[in-house]
Amino acid sequence: MSIKYNDQKFKDNVEENLKNTFMRGAVVSAQNRLRTGRLNAAEELGDWEEWRNHGEEIRQHVLNNLDYYLNELADNVEKAGGHVFFAKTPKDATDYIQQVVKEKNAKKIVKSKSMVTEEISLNEALEDIGCNVVETDLGEYILQTDNHDKPSHIVAPALHKNAHQVKDVFVDKLGYDPEKPAEAADLARHVRSILRNDFLTADVGITGCNFAVAESGSISLVTNEGNAGMVTTIPKTQITVMGMERIVPTFEELEVLVNMLTRSAVGQKLPSYVNVITGPRKSGETDGPEDFHLVIVDNGRSDILGTDFQSILQCIRCAACVNVCPVYRHIGGHSYNSIYSGPIGAVLTPLLDGYDQHKELPYASSLCGACSEACPVKIPLHELLLKHRERIVEIEGKAPISEAMLMKAFSLGGSSSSIYATGAKIASRVISPIAKNGKISKGPGPLKAWTEIRDFPAPKKERLRDWFKEHEKGSDKK
Amino acid sequence: MKVSLFATCIVDMFQTDVGKATVELLERLGCEVVFPKGQVCCGQPAYNSGYVKNAKEPMKKMIEAFEDAEVIVAPSGSCAFMFKEYPKVFKDDPIYFEKAKKVAAKTYELTDFIVNVLKVEDVGAKLEGKATYHPSCHMTRLLGVSESPRKLLSHVDGLEMVELPNSFNCCGFGGTFSVKMGNISEQMVDEKVDCTLQTGADYLIGADGGCLMNIGGRMQRREENVKVMHIAEVLNHH
Repeated sequence: MSIKYNDQKFKDNVEENLKNTFMRGAVVSAQNRLRTGRLNAAEELGDWEEWRNHGEEIRQHVLNNLDYYLNELADNVEKAGGHVFFAKTPKDATDYIQQVVKEKNAKKIVKSKSMVTEEISLNEALEDIGCNVVETDLGEYILQTDNHDKPSHIVAPALHKNAHQVKDVFVDKLGYDPEKPAEAADLARHVRSILRNDFLTADVGITGCNFAVAESGSISLVTNEGNAGMVTTIPKTQITVMGMERIVPTFEELEVLVNMLTRSAVGQKLPSYVNVITGPRKSGETDGPEDFHLVIVDNGRSDILGTDFQSILQCIRCAACVNVCPVYRHIGGHSYNSIYSGPIGAVLTPLLDGYDQHKELPYASSLCGACSEACPVKIPLHELLLKHRERIVEIEGKAPISEAMLMKAFSLGGSSSSIYATGAKIASRVISPIAKNGKISKGPGPLKAWTEIRDFPAPKKERLRDWFKEHEKGSDKK
Repeated sequence: MKVSLFATCIVDMFQTDVGKATVELLERLGCEVVFPKGQVCCGQPAYNSGYVKNAKEPMKKMIEAFEDAEVIVAPSGSCAFMFKEYPKVFKDDPIYFEKAKKVAAKTYELTDFIVNVLKVEDVGAKLEGKATYHPSCHMTRLLGVSESPRKLLSHVDGLEMVELPNSFNCCGFGGTFSVKMGNISEQMVDEKVDCTLQTGADYLIGADGGCLMNIGGRMQRREENVKVMHIAEVLNHH
C-alpha cells in the first residue's frame, strides 16, 4: 500500500461511497460522539484558546529549528545505544528495515499503529521478503483480517465499520462464535486471546512514534489498548519509524502535546497508556529490546518546509479536523483515496503524492472552516486548501478550461462597474425567459449543476441599485 | 451615521427584497444609507476557486468604491469577511494594501453593526411563528459574529426561536463547491433541510444570501413547507 488506494477518479470514489449506507451511518454517529467528547475535554482545561496558542508555538518552534532538533535527537538516541537511520525516500526506509529484519533472520513481526509505515508501504515490503506482519492495534487488526481493507480515518482506521460488520469478519476469519453478541468487549477479548501468542513469538516489534523527545533521545507512543507496550517489551528487536517533524524539544512540551492530542482525538483527559522508550534495554533492566532502530522518514517533508504549506507539518495526527468535517461526514475516508483523509488529507496528500492523482482533493471542501477551528495546533487548514487551489490554477495550470474562461469573464465583468451593471442586466435577460413562477428548475450552462438538485431564483426585473435610485429620489422629496 | 451599503452581488441581482429590507431597517434605526454606484462583486467566487489574479480586478473596484465611506455594512457575513481579507490579498501591493486596510477596518456585517455599533438589540420587529436560525460558517467562524443575530432575533415580537440540531454543520453551499461537488453538496443540504424539519419551525432564518439560496432552493425542490428568510427581512417585518 502506498498513500494512494486505487486509480479511480475522485468523483467515482465518492459516488461509490455515497451509496454505502452502513459506512455513512457509522461515520455520522462517530463524528457526533467524537465532536462532543472533544469539546467537553477541551472545556475542562480552562482556556483552550491559550492551550492552542501554546501548542502552535511549540510546533512552529520545532519546525523552524528542525535541523537542530533532529541532530540533538539522533545524538541522544545513539548515546542511549540505539541506531538512527535518515530515510529520504520510502524506499530508503523500507530497504533499511528489510536489511535489519534479514540480519535478525526474523519471520514474525508485530506492529503497533503507525501512519508513516503505511505511507512507505512497509507491510508489503516485509511480506515481500517472507515475513508474517501482524497489526496489533484493534482497528488495524480488523482491517488486516478483512482481506486488507483500507483505513478510513487516521486515528480510528476501521471507523467505517459497525460492530455487526466486525463480528461478521471475525466469525468468517477468526472462528468467533456466531452465537456471541456483536459487543466491542467480546470482540476485543477474542482478538486479545489470539494476539497474545503473536506478541510472545514475534522476532521484531515495529512502532510509529507520536513524539520523539530530542533532549533524551526517547520516543513516545500514545495508545489505549496497551498493544504498543507489548510490541516494545517482548521482541528482541525494535524498529521505530517516525515522520521527521514529529519532535518535541523536552518532556515539558511532550506533556502539553499529549494532553492536547488525546483530548482532541477522542475526548480523553489521558490515554490509557503513554509509553516512553529510550534506546535498547540497559544492563539490569528486565524488559525491552536488545536492539533499537529509529528510522526517520522525510518522504517530501523537507520540501514542504519553508513553503506556504509549512504549517501542515505542525499536525499531531489527532483527526479533530476529520471529526468535524461536513464533507468527510458524508463521503467517508475511502473517498479521499489516500491513507490521509478529511481536511488534513486534502492538504497533505497532494503535497506528498503530487497533484496528478489528487488535484480534486483541495476542492472537496466548502471552506466552512470547521477544520481550522478544531485544530489544536492552529493549522489554518481551509486557507491551505485555498493555497492549493491557487497553485493548481495559477502555477500548475491544471484547472479546466471552461472554468478558466468563466473566471476571466468574471474578472472582466468586475473590472468596471459599467460592464458589471450591463453584464448583470444581460444575464438577467438571458435567464428570465427560462424561469417559471420566479424560479428556475432546469438551468443551462453553469446553472445546470445547481438546478440538478435545487431551484435557482429568477433574477429580479429591478436590481437593488435601480430600486435605490428611486428610493433616494423619494427620500429627497420628504 | 452615514452607512455605505455593500449590497453584495447576490442581493443586488437576486435578493432585491433583502436589500430593500436592509436599507429600510437601517434608515428606521436612524442611519443615512448611501449606495456606492461603483460597487461590483467582492471577488470571492474567483478568489475561493484559486483565481487570485482574476479576483483582484473586482477587489480593486470595490476598494475604490468604498475607501471614502464612513462605515460599510453588508447583509452577508461571508461577503463582509471577504472585505476583511483584502489586506491579506494585497499584502504585496504598496498602493492597495493601505487602502484595503482602511476598507477592512470599517466593514461590518449587518447584525454586528446594529448590536455593536448602533447598540440596539430590539429593533421593534414583529413576526408570528416558530423559527430556527442557521449560523452560516464564514460569518460565525471566520468573521466571528455569532451572538448578534441571536440577540436581535430573541427580541422579535411573536417569534419563538428553536435551536437547529447540528447547526454547526455547513449547509453545503461553499460558493463554487455547490456546483463543482454537487453530489456532496446535495447530501449536506439535505441534512440541513432534515434538521430544519425536525424543529417544526415555520421559518428558517439566516444572514447569508448564498446559504439561503442553497437551502431555500433545496427546500423548494423538495416542496417543503418552510419559509426561508434573510434576517434583514425578519428584522424589517413590523
